[in-house]
Amino acid sequence: MSQQFTPNNPLPQEAKVPPKMAVFPPEVEAEIERHLAKYPVKRSAILPLMFIVQRERGGYLDPPGVAYLADRLGVRITDIWEVATFYSMINTEPVGRYHFQICRTLSCKILGAGKITEQCTKRLGIKPGETNDDGTFSLSEVECLGSCGTAPMMQIGFDYYENLTTEKVDELIEKCKSGELSNGVR
Amino acid sequence: MFIGAIGCEPLQLRRVSLERSRTLDVYRRNGGYEALRKVLDGMSPDDVIGEVKKSALRGRGGAGFPTGMKWSFVPKDSPKARYVVCNADESEPGTFKDRYLMERDPHLLIEGMLIAGYALGARVNYIYTRGEYRYLIEIMDEALEEARTAGLLGDRVLGTDFNCEIYTHTGAGAYICGEETALLNSLEGLRGHPRMKPPFPAVAGLYGCPTVVNNVETLTAVPDIIKMGGDAYKALGTEKSGGTKLWSVSGHVARPGVYELPMGYDDMEKFIMEDCQGITNGRQLKAVIPGGSSVYIMPAEDIIGRDVRMDYEGLVAAGSMVGSGGFIVLDDTVDVFESTKNLTEFYKHESCGWCTPCREGTDWLVKVFKRIESGGGRPDDAQLLLDIVDNIEGKSFCPLGDAAAWPIQSAIKKFPEDFRRHISNGASGDGGKEGLPTA
Ligand SMILES: Cc1cc2nc3c(=O)[nH]c(=O)nc-3n(C[C@H](O)[C@H](O)[C@H](O)COP(=O)(O)O)c2cc1C
Ligand code: SF4
Ligand code: FES
Repeated sequence: MSQQFTPNNPLPQEAKVPPKMAVFPPEVEAEIERHLAKYPVKRSAILPLMFIVQRERGGYLDPPGVAYLADRLGVRITDIWEVATFYSMINTEPVGRYHFQICRTLSCKILGAGKITEQCTKRLGIKPGETNDDGTFSLSEVECLGSCGTAPMMQIGFDYYENLTTEKVDELIEKCKSGELSNGVR
Repeated sequence: MFIGAIGCEPLQLRRVSLERSRTLDVYRRNGGYEALRKVLDGMSPDDVIGEVKKSALRGRGGAGFPTGMKWSFVPKDSPKARYVVCNADESEPGTFKDRYLMERDPHLLIEGMLIAGYALGARVNYIYTRGEYRYLIEIMDEALEEARTAGLLGDRVLGTDFNCEIYTHTGAGAYICGEETALLNSLEGLRGHPRMKPPFPAVAGLYGCPTVVNNVETLTAVPDIIKMGGDAYKALGTEKSGGTKLWSVSGHVARPGVYELPMGYDDMEKFIMEDCQGITNGRQLKAVIPGGSSVYIMPAEDIIGRDVRMDYEGLVAAGSMVGSGGFIVLDDTVDVFESTKNLTEFYKHESCGWCTPCREGTDWLVKVFKRIESGGGRPDDAQLLLDIVDNIEGKSFCPLGDAAAWPIQSAIKKFPEDFRRHISNGASGDGGKEGLPTA
C-alpha cells in the first residue's frame, strides 16, 4: 500500500524515530565541556567537538555521532551535516587507521611530491583517495600544509613527516605495519 | 632549514633558536612580558594604538592593511563585547612563518594578544589555527596555561584590574577560513563562507561585536613596538613599510627557511643568490613567486640586476606583491604552464562555492588546463584562459577569486612560450606523467 503524506502526517513513521545517539565516557565528556566553556555560544564549539567525536567513533562522523553533536550543541542534524561537509578534515566516511596525507602543492611538487605519492601507491597498493581492504591505510593528496621549507612532506593523522625520500616512506610504512608508529590521531 | 635574520638584528626571531625557547622561563629571561608590564604601568589604550600607528606596521597576513588604523576603527563607545582574533590559519601555499613563530615562541604571540586586548578593550580572545597545525594548538595551550598560572592571563593580569582571556580554536581544513570574515563564520560554528563587507569586522565581527582580526606575525610584532617605541620600530624599515618582515623561502634554493629581513632589504637577487645560497644543483633561476601563491610570478629577468627592494612598494614596482611573504623559487626545470596548473587546482579545491564566478570559473580553468595537457590544446586557449580569468577577477564575492586569477594572468604574460608549447603540441614539457619535474 502506498503511503499518504499529508500536512498532518508528513513523514513516514520511521523517520520520526530519533537516531541512536553516541555515548562517551566521562573523560571524553570532560574534554567536550572544556571546549564548550571557551565560547559564549555553544555552536562555536562545533569543529573541536567534531574532531573529538570522529576520533571516538572510529575516524568519522557516523549517524550516532552526528545525533550526539546536534543534541549537545542544540542544533539540527542538518546543521551538523552542513558544517561537516564543508571542511576537508571532517570525515563523513570511514578512513584507514593510518591516513597518509601527501602535500601536492607547488613547493612540494617541484621537490618530488609525485615520487612520494608513487612510492606510497606502490607499497600500499592504493591510489590517492582510496583505503585498503583491511582498513589499515588511506592515501590522500592534500593542499599546502605549511611545510614548504621542508618539502616534500606528508601528514599521518596530525603528525608531520618532512624532507621525505622514498626510503623514508618505506621506513614509515614498515613502522605502521608493525604498529610501532602512532597514527597521529588525537 | 634556516631560521634567522639577515641584514638586521633578529627581532621577531630573537628567541627562536634558544634552547627551550617556548617556555615562559626563557621568554621572561629574554625580555618577555616587559612590554605588557610597560603598557599596564601607565599607557592608556590610546597610547598603545598611537605607538602602533607610528610604527607603520602593516598587516602581515597578506593584505598589508595598516594595523594601527585598523585598531582605531573599533568603536570606543560600543556597549558590546570586543574581540581580538588571531589569524593562524596560515594556508597560503608557500607560507610557513606563523608556524615557526608559534612553535618556537608562543609567549610572544600571547603577549602581543594581551597588549592588543588591552588597547581594544577585548576581554576574550581567540587564536584560530588551521586544523592541520594541531601540534601548535597543543603548544599554545601549554603556553597559555603557563601564563595563566603565572598571573599573566585571566583575571587581574599582573595584579592590575585588567582581565583578559585567550583561547585556542581549531579550523578543519579550508583555505578560505583564512579570509577574515570566513574565519569569523567558522568560529561561530558555520560553514566558512565569507561575509559581505561592510560592515567590517572592526564594527560588526564575531557574534556581531567589534572585532580585530590580525595575523600571527602582525601581533607578534606588537611587543617590540611597545618596548622600543613606534618610531624606532618604523626606522628599522622604510617610511611606508615599518619594521622587519618574515619571508618563508621554499623551492629550488640551497637554504630554504624563514628569513627575517628589514623592510626595504636591498636586493632580491642578493637575497636569493647569497642569503639563500643560490639555486640548487647548479641550475638557473627561472622565476620567483614572492608573496605566496596568489601574487604575480616574477621572471628572472625582472630580478637579476634589477635591485628589487623587498618591501611593499618595491615589490609592486617590480610587478608583484609582498602578500604573505611566501617566497617560492623556481629553477629552469620548472614549466610555468605546469606550475600554474598546480596552483589553479589549489584554488579550485579551495573555492568555497559561495559565488558563481569563482566556483564555476576555477573548475572551468582546471578543465581547460587538463585538456591542454592531455593533448587537446586549441590555438586560442591562452585567450580562453584569460577570458575566464577576466570573468572571475573583480567579479567574485571575496578576494579568493582574484587570487586564482592573478597567477594565470601573470604566467601567460611572462611565460607565453611555456603555454604556447603545450597548446601547440599538447605534450607536457618534460614528457612525464606528473607534468612537473620530480627532483
Ligand atoms: C582567500 C584568503 C585567504 C587568507 N588567508 C590568510 C591566512 O591564512 N592568514 C592570515 O593571516 N590572513 C589571511 N588572509 C587575510 C585576512 O583576510 C586578513 O586580511 C588578515 O588576517 C588581517 O590580518 P593582518 O592585518 O594582521 O594581516 C586571507 C585572505 C584571503 C582573501
Ligand atoms: S570568491 Fe570563491 S572563495 Fe570567495 S566567496 Fe566566491 S566562491 Fe567563495
Ligand atoms: S607546498 Fe607542500 S607544504 Fe607547502
